[in-house]
Amino acid sequence: MIIKHTASAGTVTKNDCQVTVAPGTEGIEVELQSIVKHQFGDQMIQAARSMAEEMGVTAAKIKIEDKGSLDYVIRARTETALLRAAKEAEA
Amino acid sequence: MKGKLVASIEEVIRLCGLKDGMTVSFHHHLRDGDQVLPMVMAKIQEMGFHDITVSASSIHGSHGCLADMIREKVVTGIDTNFIHKCVGQTISDGYLEKPAIFRTHGNRPHALATGEAHIDIAFIAASAADCQGNMNGVDGPSAFGPMGYAFADAQYADKVVVITDYLADYPLTPISIDERYVDYVVKVDSIGDTSGIASGITTISKDPLGLKIAKTAVEVFQNSGYFEDGFIFQTGGGRTSLATTKFLKEAMDRQGVHGACILGGINGLFVDLLEGGYFDKIVDTQCFDLRAVESLKKDVRHQEISCGHYADMCAKSCVAAHLTTVMLGATEIDTDFNVNIHTDSNGIIMGGSGGHTDIAHGAKLTVIVTPLLRQRRAAVLDKVGTKSTLGDSVDVLVTQRGIAVNPRHEGLRERLEAAGMPVKDIHELRAMARELTGEPKPVEFTDRVVAEVHGYDGRINDYIYQLKR
Amino acid sequence: MRRTMLFMPGSKPGNLLNGDVYGADSIIIDLEDAVALAEKDSARILTKHAMRTFHYDCELIVRINSLTTPFWQDDLDMIIPEKPDVIMPTKVYTAEDIRTIDAYITKIEEAHGMPVGGVKLIPLLETAASIENAYEIAKASPRMAGLYLGAADLSLDMKGTRTREGYDIAYARSRLVIAARTAGIDALDTPFTWDIHDNDGLAAETRMVKNMGFNGKACIYPGQVETVNEIFAPTKERYEWALAIVKGAAEAEAQGKGVVAVNGELVDGPVIITAKNTVAEYERIHGVHC
Repeated sequence: MIIKHTASAGTVTKNDCQVTVAPGTEGIEVELQSIVKHQFGDQMIQAARSMAEEMGVTAAKIKIEDKGSLDYVIRARTETALLRAAKEAEA
Repeated sequence: MKGKLVASIEEVIRLCGLKDGMTVSFHHHLRDGDQVLPMVMAKIQEMGFHDITVSASSIHGSHGCLADMIREKVVTGIDTNFIHKCVGQTISDGYLEKPAIFRTHGNRPHALATGEAHIDIAFIAASAADCQGNMNGVDGPSAFGPMGYAFADAQYADKVVVITDYLADYPLTPISIDERYVDYVVKVDSIGDTSGIASGITTISKDPLGLKIAKTAVEVFQNSGYFEDGFIFQTGGGRTSLATTKFLKEAMDRQGVHGACILGGINGLFVDLLEGGYFDKIVDTQCFDLRAVESLKKDVRHQEISCGHYADMCAKSCVAAHLTTVMLGATEIDTDFNVNIHTDSNGIIMGGSGGHTDIAHGAKLTVIVTPLLRQRRAAVLDKVGTKSTLGDSVDVLVTQRGIAVNPRHEGLRERLEAAGMPVKDIHELRAMARELTGEPKPVEFTDRVVAEVHGYDGRINDYIYQLKR
Repeated sequence: MRRTMLFMPGSKPGNLLNGDVYGADSIIIDLEDAVALAEKDSARILTKHAMRTFHYDCELIVRINSLTTPFWQDDLDMIIPEKPDVIMPTKVYTAEDIRTIDAYITKIEEAHGMPVGGVKLIPLLETAASIENAYEIAKASPRMAGLYLGAADLSLDMKGTRTREGYDIAYARSRLVIAARTAGIDALDTPFTWDIHDNDGLAAETRMVKNMGFNGKACIYPGQVETVNEIFAPTKERYEWALAIVKGAAEAEAQGKGVVAVNGELVDGPVIITAKNTVAEYERIHGVHC
């Protein structure tokens, strides 16, 4: 899957997160902002990364702005953002 | 009559003979609206004092100035029952020279009485006072209610200063604390912002999850064997704890049960229960809103008490020791039923026992209400960050996915199960929470103690350590 | 048993986590009206991941976008493989609409090796045409498990006005419940939307539709669930009455008697069946006590 432009999904509200993806040059980079980053940061980054890998993404920049979301939300928001970013931009 | 009037804070500090290394005290009846602690401490700093210990019944959101004073070594010690995060962060970061002493509301007056804790100068905010120092909290423009926390300070401090913005003719009536204890009186423009007094939650929550948990908590009480005429009741100040009053009222209506007394921490919701005839009396150590202040002022069934009378478990007796049930919140609870209300999931100080530990110990049935998780943070853990209230004081945990009964409370689990309540093992609730959040990486601390946490009996329940940078 | 079906938006992570704790017999995850047009994709994907993560303690219904939108096929493509109990189609007009959805679901079930027909249908009847065609719709597919009345959109289609007393939908309710009963499936009533905190108003309306024969009522707020559940559940007195009749009937049958008298009440066929249903329902809710 090729990331063509920047797109995001989700919200910056309690229990949710906003995931923004942008085209990358090499590999999948994940950046995380979260109040529980120390406790759960590794798991949260892994949730986004594995979602992208499952979707066949090889290069992307992923930014997560978290408000206490569980892994399933991170995976869902990442999937949505990637699908949006892979779509042709509308004229 | 000039009486004990002194013209300014500065002059009174000089008259009291404040020196570096001394302890000054304050109460927190003005809660987030308090201007007395910031006013006095700013003057102490301005006059160049250092190494001061602040003994305050609670450090609230209006006391953020202490953070800077701690960094500048104006303040090197804290002795209190609760610390708001605005100061807690600074302490967790290791800036306070001596470990902070956390006590409970009930044990603070006891420690002052025995001399374990000592106050050199008490600065007592009163919403009304006369020139000899008779004072109360119900008159004047900044009325805040009972003076519960200030009684012990007045009795045991070496010097006592009353600070008021409403000077009444001698003698003031009613009198909460009388002139025998008072050295000086200072009149200032304002002791606080009354809207900040009502900083607690004083309406019934509309959050469906909190309501569901509150309702289950009341059902636990109804089926516990303790729900009968003459019961004594208290809740914590949290949203879910307070919402139990709505369902308690419905249960009392349905089963025709009548209560003897509400203890608190009082707001308008409790006044409604008194005025609606559900309870005979309110016994009150602090008010959370102006409706409660009004009620205390006009209703003789609404009685002011000192904090020691409220919850000193080491006294011959106290009201909290007669409690039937309490509904309390928790930041964290572990599988041994220990409760943390001192530190957040990052290990930062953001609270304190207040009366939680005392009333949990005193009540026959202590119910902890909390959702299984708050966003990604599990409330039910293997080990709590700080042991604020020990598990042997806790009887039941209520979450949205079931309740857990402390096996120490014999027969309770059986009674609740027989009533069809959703009883689970606490480890099962822990497992549910973990499955959703994952296993957290532990917070890293240094081995330097930044705070001691004392229990209702003064013994140390736990230590809080400095965060690793 | 569908006394209560509690709605929750498919776009809100917090709601999806706790939807099943309020005691509703079913929850409806909504991909339709509760979700903004621009968020149809994100809600659908969030719902998919929620269904993979949570094991809801109750029946799970997913409300999909209508045939008149470009979203309904995407909804089904993503949700059916997650094995929902029920799909709730919206803005249905005819039996043909149901057959279209049925065929599409069958294709997905086959492609995923799922048993065909496992996913049930409870369409929203919220157009004048759907009320007129209620019976044909109820019989349109073996997947049909119930008919659910949607008063707000119906009122719009009728060019009428909603009234608190429900005069405006009296005919629609009657027509729907008769169609559902004739077809042998559930009749489910529109939610009480006037004031979500007015449990007395909710109780009065629920009693009325229960008396009409409805099986349950949708809820749009968790605080409504208990009230509706209680009204649709048999009372303990009713259960004891039913138990006595079932016992009496069994004894009479053993003795070869045709007519049974229980506590002075002469009972026959339909009463015995009602009593048996009541016993079964009560025991499903409370567990068997004797």
